[in-house]
Amino acid sequence: MPQKVFAPWDDPAEKPLIQFRNVTKRFGDFTAIDNINLDIYTREFFALLGPSGCGKTTLMRMLAGFETPTEGTILLSGQDIGPVPPNQRAVNMMFQSYALFPHLSVWENIAFGLKREGKDKATIETRVHEMLKLTRLEKFARRKPHQISGGQRQRVALARSLAKAPKLLLLDEPLGALDKKLREETQFELMDIQEKTGTTFVIVTHDQEEAMTVASRVAVMDEGELMQVATPDRIYEAPNSVYVADFIGDVNIIEGRAHQAGDKLQIDWAEGQPALFAQTDKNFDMGQTCYIAIRPEKVAISAERPQGANVLQGKVLDIAYLGNLSTYHVQLPTGHVVKAQQANTRRISRREFTWEDDVWVSWSETAGVVLDK
Amino acid sequence: MRRFSAFNVVSLTLGFAFLYLPMIILVIYSFNASKLVTVWAGFSTKWYGELMRNEAFLDAALVTLKVAVMTSTLATVLGTCAAYVLVRIHRFPGRTLFSGMIYAPLVMPDVILGLSLLLLFIGVNIDRGILTIVLAHTTFAMCYVSVVVSSRLVAFDQSLEEAALDLGATPFQTFRLVTLPIIAPAVISGWLLAFTLSLDDLVIASFTAGPSSTTLPMKIFSAVRLGVSPEINALSTIMIGIVTVGVITASLMSKRAAVQRLKEEQTAERS
Amino acid sequence: MRRAILIAIPYVWLLVLFLIPFVIVIKISLSDTALARPPYFPQWDWSLGWQGIKDFFRELDFENFVFLTTDSLYWKAYLSSVKIAVISTLLTLLVGFPIAYGMARAPEEWRPTLMMLVILPFWTSFLIRVYSWMGILSQGGLLNSLLLSLGIISEPLIILNTDIAVYIGITYTYLPFMILPVYAALEKLDGSLLEAAEDLGCSRTSAFWLVTLPLSKQGVIAGCFLVFIPAMGEFVIPSLLGGSQTLMIGKVLYEEFFSNRDWPVASAVAVVLLLILVIPIVLFQRNEQKQREAEG
Repeated sequence: MPQKVFAPWDDPAEKPLIQFRNVTKRFGDFTAIDNINLDIYTREFFALLGPSGCGKTTLMRMLAGFETPTEGTILLSGQDIGPVPPNQRAVNMMFQSYALFPHLSVWENIAFGLKREGKDKATIETRVHEMLKLTRLEKFARRKPHQISGGQRQRVALARSLAKAPKLLLLDEPLGALDKKLREETQFELMDIQEKTGTTFVIVTHDQEEAMTVASRVAVMDEGELMQVATPDRIYEAPNSVYVADFIGDVNIIEGRAHQAGDKLQIDWAEGQPALFAQTDKNFDMGQTCYIAIRPEKVAISAERPQGANVLQGKVLDIAYLGNLSTYHVQLPTGHVVKAQQANTRRISRREFTWEDDVWVSWSETAGVVLDK
Repeated sequence: MRRFSAFNVVSLTLGFAFLYLPMIILVIYSFNASKLVTVWAGFSTKWYGELMRNEAFLDAALVTLKVAVMTSTLATVLGTCAAYVLVRIHRFPGRTLFSGMIYAPLVMPDVILGLSLLLLFIGVNIDRGILTIVLAHTTFAMCYVSVVVSSRLVAFDQSLEEAALDLGATPFQTFRLVTLPIIAPAVISGWLLAFTLSLDDLVIASFTAGPSSTTLPMKIFSAVRLGVSPEINALSTIMIGIVTVGVITASLMSKRAAVQRLKEEQTAERS
Repeated sequence: MRRAILIAIPYVWLLVLFLIPFVIVIKISLSDTALARPPYFPQWDWSLGWQGIKDFFRELDFENFVFLTTDSLYWKAYLSSVKIAVISTLLTLLVGFPIAYGMARAPEEWRPTLMMLVILPFWTSFLIRVYSWMGILSQGGLLNSLLLSLGIISEPLIILNTDIAVYIGITYTYLPFMILPVYAALEKLDGSLLEAAEDLGCSRTSAFWLVTLPLSKQGVIAGCFLVFIPAMGEFVIPSLLGGSQTLMIGKVLYEEFFSNRDWPVASAVAVVLLLILVIPIVLFQRNEQKQREAEG
């Protein structure tokens, strides 16, 4: 029997843990959240991704109870949590600033929530110890927050928010304050802890790589709206809009007019240039404006004219050497610039192309996604 | 590494000489055996002895201390409340009036404050005495406390309070367990400031005091109106001494704490 | 509910002990002097009901304010207070700026100590600091004996009980209020700005005039207001250091109230003083606002 893939969102019988029902949040005239519907399932690691000011933090703060929706309802396990104050919700939050109480030790910070529940001493002792062990902080229990490093503080914040075993853990830019290397290590640690504890995580981040790495599903937000909610690979390979395609990773966008040609779509995009071909399930009207989005790594670059569905000629305008990859910016006669990426698989090799070289760029019919907005 | 330039050394030396010489002279002359300011008649501590035997001064000092302790305690409670309201509650009816009433006493001349409070006390017919001085002092001291505490509250990371709520604390527990311990240094400086203001005040106390509640500044004022008095020099020396020791100790302690903290932070990052 | 109590406690306190007294001052300033206890008229008379209230308001007038303009003592006192406050403020700036500048340019590890030295006098009694000058400035005082023994003067100078002593007293006691805001402005000043100015061809001196001074403007303005406003209503300094001809409105008010027992006129003096102070207070607030906005 094949292992079951974790995809509760595809199972109609599954009950979501959190449901946003037509939720709108306005601050005065400003609409921070605009009529959002969203389901999040138990044991999910759900990422809210978007630029600053897109409403992702507001959405999270509504879950924590620090903001109340202007319209609509939020259900947790089927119950409306609108009237429940933050200190009575089975939801805990890990703050971007960590918000560790500076006057309390690591141990006391972790025990803070448990003490508020009125648990007896022994239970608190055991639970705090468990948390310290989970986050490998046993040695630092007696230290104050300023006596430990940034990475350790991050783990204290995590331990503290997990101590009460919440149904839902909210993480607001949890790795934002760490340097790049530590951040990457911590991402895996976070996933590990999420799996061990079986808690549902909702993470807010503006870092797309982080969202793609940790999340089971990603919601891309912009200006208070959900642009797309899907698994990381779907978001990357099948974005539903130019906005999402452009926000996640690097992409070439070519605007043109649709023209159905058999089972393919023919796209006229510039005078005197060959039409482009792409496969798509979507239906386009004759002459409708459409966009092809192709990732640079799916564009090949060559000196000789290759065979293929989409072949264009241009000149090398710029070369960005990234170590593992090189990105060539190729300018077409129309002025468009197409980015093509090549992996640098050999350590010692002459670069094949240089500035001003005439080259061909090409991609297959399935390499790009055709979008209507 | 920046060093003192000649110009700065000169201006700082002259400046601090101006600030400190009068007080140093006062201290020196409190040990003068002669009653005259200009004549140095040898070292003596007799004025301190006289001061200690002067019942009127001792009574006044006691009144002043009582007033100052009550004032600073009341003003700290009220001022902290006011600061919390000003910084954390953004909308309530009459908020503009409230913040106006907090800031106005800071710039209002003492004579006006004193006069208006006296007229109130007469109007409602309260016997003037320690109580009325405390009421008057608390009114302006609480405004200073609230300014000190609110500057700390503004700098306070509000997510700490949210974190406490998130972990199940009630708003009151949040204040008691998180907010208060963190703003405690500002509350303590507020208390000290209120204490000093009350100890120092002459004008408002003169307006609001009764016949049996003469404060030390009032006593000093009526004594020095007539000219320099060696007993007052001795008294001033004692007061200057207490403040100097207090301020220097406090600043050494806070400096040591800051150095310690920095060291700990550096070790923590390296580990 | 808890929140309402939290607001109400300080609010009610200030209403009762700050706002209402102030309204009483205004009311009495519109009343007439009477040889009674309390010595003014009209009084509230609750027994007469609505009619009593109407009568009460009919009796109020601006007589006392008219009186203030006719008796030269008062407007001379206001003018002289403004004059003394302005001159003392400028003196304080003159003395305070070099100190603040010296502190801001001092080695970093020295600054907290210097700062403490500036604040320390603030914690010691105001009265004692004023008093300390009496022994120095008096006719047989230390300054005169020093100057006489050095042969600079042949007759003792009369400084105590003149306006000059008042200037010295205000400058001395309010100096920290000038130094602190100016120092705060100068300390924030990025050293690389001066290096940039010199790099672009300024001399040290012209860099000071073109960069340091304009950027410390806000601090200087704040400092001037912080000295000017309290100096206007000062009572202790003119009483101890000034002479009988030193007119300052705070002193006049005090004497009007305690010596002449003329409550309505004293109240009118207070109201006018406050009206005069409203202008610098509003300007000060605006300056602070501007600074806050500039800082983001």
